[in-house]
Amino acid sequence: MTLTLTLQHRFDDFELDLDVIAGDGVTAIFGPSGSGKTTIIRAVAGLLRPDAGRIQMGDRVLFDHNARTHIKPSDRRIGYVFQEPRLFPHMTVSGNLTYAKGAKASFDDVVQMLGIDQLLDRRPANLSGGEAQRVAIGRALLSEPDMLLMDEPLASLDQARKDDILPYLEQLRDYGQVPILYVSHDMGEVARLAGHIILLNRGRAVHSGPTADVLADPKTMALIGPRHAGAILTARLVGYEPRDGLCLFETSAGLLVLPGNPGQVGETRRIRVLAQDIVLAKTKPTDISALNVLPVSISSMTAGHGPGVAVGLVSGTDALLARITKRSAQVMRLEPGQQIYAILKATAVAPSDISAR
Amino acid sequence: MTPELWSVVALSLRVSLVAMVITLPLAVAVGYALARFQFRGWHLVNGLAHLPLVLPPVVTGYILLILFGRNGALGAWLFDTFGIVLAFRWTGAALAAGVMAFPLMVRAIRLAVDAVDPKLEEAAATLGASRLRIFVTITLPLIVPGVLAAAVLGFAKAIGEFGATITFVAAIPGETLTIPSAIYAELQIPGDSPAVITLVGLSVALAFGALVVSEALARRVRRGQQ
Repeated sequence: MTLTLTLQHRFDDFELDLDVIAGDGVTAIFGPSGSGKTTIIRAVAGLLRPDAGRIQMGDRVLFDHNARTHIKPSDRRIGYVFQEPRLFPHMTVSGNLTYAKGAKASFDDVVQMLGIDQLLDRRPANLSGGEAQRVAIGRALLSEPDMLLMDEPLASLDQARKDDILPYLEQLRDYGQVPILYVSHDMGEVARLAGHIILLNRGRAVHSGPTADVLADPKTMALIGPRHAGAILTARLVGYEPRDGLCLFETSAGLLVLPGNPGQVGETRRIRVLAQDIVLAKTKPTDISALNVLPVSISSMTAGHGPGVAVGLVSGTDALLARITKRSAQVMRLEPGQQIYAILKATAVAPSDISAR
Repeated sequence: MTPELWSVVALSLRVSLVAMVITLPLAVAVGYALARFQFRGWHLVNGLAHLPLVLPPVVTGYILLILFGRNGALGAWLFDTFGIVLAFRWTGAALAAGVMAFPLMVRAIRLAVDAVDPKLEEAAATLGASRLRIFVTITLPLIVPGVLAAAVLGFAKAIGEFGATITFVAAIPGETLTIPSAIYAELQIPGDSPAVITLVGLSVALAFGALVVSEALARRVRRGQQ
C-alpha cells in the first residue's frame, strides 16, 4: 500500500512544503532537528491538521484540505510508535498490546518477533526503556495498521539499548506486511533500516530515492553531515576465519575483509562504509596495514564549503562515497572518470554498520 | 444519644451522601471538559462552576429559593412535571449541599485530569479508540484517586453546609435540620447543652473518617495501577 502525501504547513520561521510517496518497506525521513519531520507524521496520523495538502493511503483519502476531508486519528488505521513508549500505566503489557480492537489474530507472532513473551504480565513501570519501546511497537503493530509511523523510536535510548532493538526493527521490516514511515536524525539507524530515504531540510524534501543511491550521492553529504555520510554496499558473506576473527564478504568489486562474525555464510548483508573512513590512492598500494583495497572509478566530485571534497566512486555495480581534503584532490589531480583505488581499514567498520539486508 | 440527635445525624448523612453521589458525575463531566477542551463559553462554564465558592452562602441559598421554590421557574416545572418539591424538604437540603460542594469537586477532578498525560490519550486514538472509549479506558481509571478525593471533599463540604441550606430549606426537625443547623439552634438556647458537644464531636469524627477512607482507597487504587 502506498502513501501519497502533499503537505503545506506554516511554522514561525519556515514552511513545510512537501510532495512525497512512501511505498512498501521502510521509508525514512531524515533531517536535522526542527526540519519538520515530526509534523509530517503527526499529519499522517491525523494528530495535526496541516494548513493545506492531501494525504492518501492506498485508495483511502485521509486528509484533503480542498474537499475538507479530515479523517479522525482513530479511524485512519495508521499505527504510531512515539519517541517515548506512551504505554498505559494502569494496564499490564498484555492489556496494552491488546488495547486495539481485533488485536488478537497475530498476537503470538508479534510477541515472539519482538521478544516480549516474558513480559506480558508486567506493568509498564517495571519495564526497562528498551522493553517498553518494544511493547509500544507491538501495540501499534497489533492494531493492524495500513502503515506504521515511527517517530525516532530509539532517540530516548542509550546506544546499548538501541543496538538491542535494531535487530527487532530489522525483523519487523522483513516481516514485511506493513509499510513503515521512519523518522530519524540518526543516519546509522536509517542506513540499516530504510529502503528509501527522504532527506528533509527546513521543511523541504531536498533528496529522495533508494537508500543506497541517496547515501552514495556526494550532494547529500552536506545535509547528512560529513562525519555521518557514507554509502551502503550490498555484500554476501562468503567466509569466516575464526583464527583472525575476520569475515569475508563478496562485493561486486571484489572481496572485503571485515571484523566480526555477523551470521551465516551465504547470507546477504548491507555494509555502511563511512566516507571519512575511505582513503584514495592512484596506484595500488602495497605494504599497508589496511586489509581492503578496491578498484574504483571516480563518478563525481563535489566540493563542500569547508576543506573537504565528496568523491563519488563506482565499485563494480555498487557506489561508494569518500571524503578527502581539497588539497589532496588537487595534489593527486583527481578527476571524474579516473580509475583509482579505495582503501578501507577493516576495523573502521563497526559491527553495528553491518546489518541484515 | 437521644432519638432526636440520631435523626439529625441520620438526616445529615443522607443529605450529604445523596448530594455527593448526584453531584459527582456532573463534577467529573465538567472537570474533564474544563481540563481537556477549549470551547466557546469555557469561561462562562468555569465561572458558573466556581460561583458557589465565592458567593456568600446565604446568597446562593436565596438564588436557589428563587429558582427552585414552589413558584420558582425551575421549581414550578419540577413540581408540574415530576411532582418533585425541593423547598423546605430534605431533597432541597441535598440540592443546596450539592451546589455548595460542586466547585470543590470540579477543582479536584480538574487537577486530576490535568495530571493525566494527554500523550496517552493521543496514543489510544492512534490505536483506533473513540473519544468515549479513551475516556472510559484511559482517562477515567487514571483519575480515580482524584475522583475519590473529590467525593470525600464534596461529602465533607455537604456535611458542614449551613448558610445556603438554612436559607433555602430552613431547619425543620426531621426534614431539614442537619448537624450544623442543629448546633446553631442549640447554641441559641442559653446554658450548657450536652447535645452541642456530641454534635461537634460527631462532625469531627465524620470529617476525619471520610479523609482516612479516601486516603486508603486512593492508595489502593495507585498500588493496583503499578
